[in-house]
Amino acid sequence: MTTENAPASMYRATEGLGVWEHKGKVAAVGIGHSPTTRRWDGTAENTMGANSILALRKAIEDAGVNPADIDGLVLDPVTTTGAHWPPGQEIPMDVVNAYNPTDDPLDGIAKLSAEWILKNMPELTNVKFTMYGQGCMSHAIVVAAQAVGEGRTHTCLVLKSWHNLEGRYNQSGISAQDEVPGSFALAPGRTLWGAPGSYGTALQFAEYCRKYGKSHDMMAPFMANSRRNGLLFPEGYWAQHRPEQLEPEDYLNARWIAKPANLFDNDIPIMVSGAYLFTTAERAKDMKQKPVYILNHASSRGAQRSVLPTLDEVEKETAETGRKIYEGAGITAADLSFENMYDGFALFHQFHIEGLRYRGMQNGDALDFYQRDISIEGPDPILPSGGNIGSGRSRFWMHTDCIQQIQGRAGARALTGVKPEIGVSGGPMPMGGNFTVWSATPD
Amino acid sequence: MVKQGVVPDELTKPFWDAANEGRLEMQNCSACNRLQNPPAATCAQCKSADNLEWKVMSGKGKIYNYGVVYDCPVRLLQEDQPFNLAVITMDEDPNIQMYSHLPGTPVDDVPVGASVEVIFEKSANGQMIPEWQVVS
Repeated sequence: MTTENAPASMYRATEGLGVWEHKGKVAAVGIGHSPTTRRWDGTAENTMGANSILALRKAIEDAGVNPADIDGLVLDPVTTTGAHWPPGQEIPMDVVNAYNPTDDPLDGIAKLSAEWILKNMPELTNVKFTMYGQGCMSHAIVVAAQAVGEGRTHTCLVLKSWHNLEGRYNQSGISAQDEVPGSFALAPGRTLWGAPGSYGTALQFAEYCRKYGKSHDMMAPFMANSRRNGLLFPEGYWAQHRPEQLEPEDYLNARWIAKPANLFDNDIPIMVSGAYLFTTAERAKDMKQKPVYILNHASSRGAQRSVLPTLDEVEKETAETGRKIYEGAGITAADLSFENMYDGFALFHQFHIEGLRYRGMQNGDALDFYQRDISIEGPDPILPSGGNIGSGRSRFWMHTDCIQQIQGRAGARALTGVKPEIGVSGGPMPMGGNFTVWSATPD
Repeated sequence: MVKQGVVPDELTKPFWDAANEGRLEMQNCSACNRLQNPPAATCAQCKSADNLEWKVMSGKGKIYNYGVVYDCPVRLLQEDQPFNLAVITMDEDPNIQMYSHLPGTPVDDVPVGASVEVIFEKSANGQMIPEWQVVS
């Protein structure tokens, strides 16, 4: 079975498409997570592949589905957090051979194919549809939802896994070389000029603050709220390993990475896998968990004119994304009970929620909004998952939280100031990402 | 600050060759009369490669935005931390940007909006690289 990237036609990336033709006909019915770790410990038991199997089996068990009834698998084959297998470093074949390997010995360690999963989960005897939603869980969810809607698969696993190796973030590979190719030197992102990952977001935030008269200090309540919610997320990194509340003064005194982005504005790279089980609304009716219906998925494919997206470009794109989200779901901003947009750089969360016009906010309003009650107990919850600032970089806590809140399984994070009926999640970037609308009912 | 050396490739060789001769050149689509940076194989607007040319720029621009890098991923630049990293817009088209370390400008004391002009600095392998300095 050859697995290919999802075609562009599976993404709803433009305005004017109307209500999603499969609105309410696809549902999430199972969730599974592996434990989190900061990095791989080098053992066969804790590879990214092992985490993947664990998360998938938990999702299957959570849904109460017979593995033989599963006929689809969608995943992101790229698993790096920024750590790449060092060129020339010997691959530990004892680890590779602890599993049923594919032709690529790094499969299951530093990348992941659908073939590797199927070779190592013999209980998945009837998977006939596999596809890659390359990018992050937000991509994979969109592809899986569309695939179930189109009838390509009726019971589909969705997986995102991350590996993290020794060494500092993005400092290996080309960053450590004495020479770089001419095109790389001029390209956006990490170039000849040494921009950290959060640099672009930091500059957009700086422009935002200048335009609207805001300051970095105004992020402190958002950061404290995110960590608080993260510590209530037992599957997350901070809850499992470092259960420390982030106080505003901790945030304000943190070292800079790319000023005005400091250490805590960057989500911590971790090892973790997350999985969901999607099925048709019809099949979901009789399953173990309460179905959470997908009302729409929408994608953003913003294109900047030059090296760095300007604030105008970002705000135009996020506003368009918001319109696409609502149009396809057939809802308005007023229908949202809560939001779980991506935050892994904290300094762009405001772009996402302003684009959504969440609670009526307009451009430039979000940092003032953060000074209000944004807790899970209040009427205007912000990021009840705690996001990736609150639980480490998985880029899927937001989706998990949407499903759990609507199912009534969010535990200590349960929203009490609003009834969780419709939530939106997705990301990653304001200029490019994929977004999903989740609902307690199919209409 | 000595940057990583640059090995020109087919797409960017005209840019780097011009830099070695003290000129700033940018890709331009003559059909669309539209500059673009970074260079690409086709015009981002008309999607054609047929009308792409290299155009000599004035070397004058403005500081659009900046940050201060304290935790740089590039090994060769780490001993120079913290340093300014600015976005410069070209006077010919303020939508066209380049990065700059703003040599001569104190760290975190960057005059956003100020006029700058291009200079050329030698990288680790001798390739000249465009940089920008505030016009006094």
